[in-house]
Amino acid sequence: MFSNRYIFIYSTIIVAIVAVALTLIAVGLKPYQDNNIRIEKMQNILKSINVVATPKNAEALYKKYIVKTFTLNAQMKPVDVDAFSIDLAKEVKKTDTSARLYPVYIACLDNGDSSYIFPLRGQGLWGPVWGYVALKNDFNTVLGVMFDHKGETPGLGAEIATETFQAQFFGKQIFDEQGNYRSIRVLKGGAKPDDVHGVDGISGGTITSRGVDKMIFEGLKAYLPYINYRKKI
Amino acid sequence: MKEPLFSSRNIKLLSGPLNLNNPITVQILGICSALAVTVQMKPALVMALSVTVVTAFSNLIISSIRNTIPQRIRIIVQLVVVATLVIIVDQILKAFVYDVSKKLSVFVGLIITNCIVMGRLEAFAMAEKPWRSFLDGLGNGAGYGLILVAVSFLREFFGSGKIFGMQVVPRIMYENGYQDNGLMILPPMALITIGIIIWIQRSINRDLIDKS
Amino acid sequence: MENLLNIFVKSIFIENMIFAFFLGMCSFLAVSKSVKTAVGLGIAVTFVLIITVPVNWLLENYLLKPGALVWLGPEMAKIDLSYLSFIMFIAVIAAIVQLVEMVVEKFSPSLYNALGIFLPLIAVNCAILGASLFMQERDYHSITEATVFAAGSGLGWFLAIASMAAIREKITYSNIPAPLRGLGISFILTGLMAIAFMSFMGITI
Repeated sequence: MFSNRYIFIYSTIIVAIVAVALTLIAVGLKPYQDNNIRIEKMQNILKSINVVATPKNAEALYKKYIVKTFTLNAQMKPVDVDAFSIDLAKEVKKTDTSARLYPVYIACLDNGDSSYIFPLRGQGLWGPVWGYVALKNDFNTVLGVMFDHKGETPGLGAEIATETFQAQFFGKQIFDEQGNYRSIRVLKGGAKPDDVHGVDGISGGTITSRGVDKMIFEGLKAYLPYINYRKKI
Repeated sequence: MKEPLFSSRNIKLLSGPLNLNNPITVQILGICSALAVTVQMKPALVMALSVTVVTAFSNLIISSIRNTIPQRIRIIVQLVVVATLVIIVDQILKAFVYDVSKKLSVFVGLIITNCIVMGRLEAFAMAEKPWRSFLDGLGNGAGYGLILVAVSFLREFFGSGKIFGMQVVPRIMYENGYQDNGLMILPPMALITIGIIIWIQRSINRDLIDKS
Repeated sequence: MENLLNIFVKSIFIENMIFAFFLGMCSFLAVSKSVKTAVGLGIAVTFVLIITVPVNWLLENYLLKPGALVWLGPEMAKIDLSYLSFIMFIAVIAAIVQLVEMVVEKFSPSLYNALGIFLPLIAVNCAILGASLFMQERDYHSITEATVFAAGSGLGWFLAIASMAAIREKITYSNIPAPLRGLGISFILTGLMAIAFMSFMGITI
């Protein structure tokens, strides 16, 4: 009932209409979407220094607290790249680890102290986990952390994104008294109450806990030359 | 004679899918993409709204152009229209409710292959007038949403003691030994919850019982 | 190699399309009444997955992803076509299913007789599009990883539908409360099987 010619013209018109409509919408909404991603990153960074920001005030608070950012290369030498624009997901994937970049954010807290924020990224059970660890200016004590994940099991692994889990990290230390690097371990079965290097893992979320553990260990280890250098000053 | 917009015949298109002709529990359509988003009520509600919007508008569009669509490429044309609407919904979610869109992840995309959408296009919109098709889409989307919201309510309430992320089980209960049922949060319980909903629905409406 | 094996085992048992994500439930419930048809559909799904996921992987990495067009020249690096991915993926799937149907019909009539009726169903099976979307979201590094993932997902789906059909064949002889018969009990069964599959969780190789 319809000729081939008709079908051909018909499909061309449909495709053209669809293409134009989609492009218009995608281009129109792109700024909003990019802004959402930017704001979320700011909120995450602020959360690691225990500043809770809403999407509305994130931008202003970020400007207020984060006073300096810079980027290190794998040899821990500063390079001229905007730290905020670095996508850690891409950095982690680089097969050539010597080409990786390491952003650092410096925050100035309400009491005048400065804090150093290191972004981390690792692997959970279902997908990536990531976060930020903020160290006090002794480069040893944890001021705060922030973790998030793509799709860990709700109620189990996903608990790493909750306040209860993250609050445990406050005041923990990444070096022991001899100055050896110990990281903060996420321990299955729970940490001893006086353990300054360990926190309780999530029961039922073993793989995710292990992923977070490894992420902190490996992530901070990469920054060690810088951290040690700053500790000595 | 011109039929009024909300004649009783048209109202039936809206109300039927809510119970006796429910897309999930009776027509067995559209189970695929939805169940994984029913752990919490908020994503479930957004998902239900998105599906309703896509079903209603794809029905409307396909029904308006139904006489021009060549039979041989009709499935492709339907898919293109549905996919376009889904992309629009996805882009809007990403721009304005970013946190929910992260939770829904790939499941928004999967609305394209949600059998409700294609099923209603084939069974209804290809043969009926635009306004009736639009109502049919709304009704089926709502029927689907009803099940989604019911399942997510049960799972969130019993699984984490919350509704829409707000704590509703009082602290005092926990202090006296009440515990959230962690099993409800896991994926299998979505299936079992629906199984039980079907059981209840069919016990009330005995005509729906499988004859075989 | 270890990584590939890991992806394979994970996609069959842990991230099973049906038991963990409920993808392809519609045809799963409709076709799982007899083992023979279930096996046919299972093979067809696996087959189509192994073809479509790698093709979509190429599309994603050389056309759609932000910066994917860089092979056309450095000035193209800014272009981000990812908003087109849904429509491209579904178009590829629909086209490939059609193509597979024609090729199979021409070269292997016996296979066509076995699979033929299922192929048109498959274009709108959520498991197929779902696998492509998961491939995009999980961002597999190479086409081999994507193919292994597709094969694993297909086999996992096959396993689920075949075992489900076997149980449903037996269950016709059981005395089930009338309102639960058919659909209701199938849901609960799938749920119980999913719980059993959860014991594989956390396996890594």
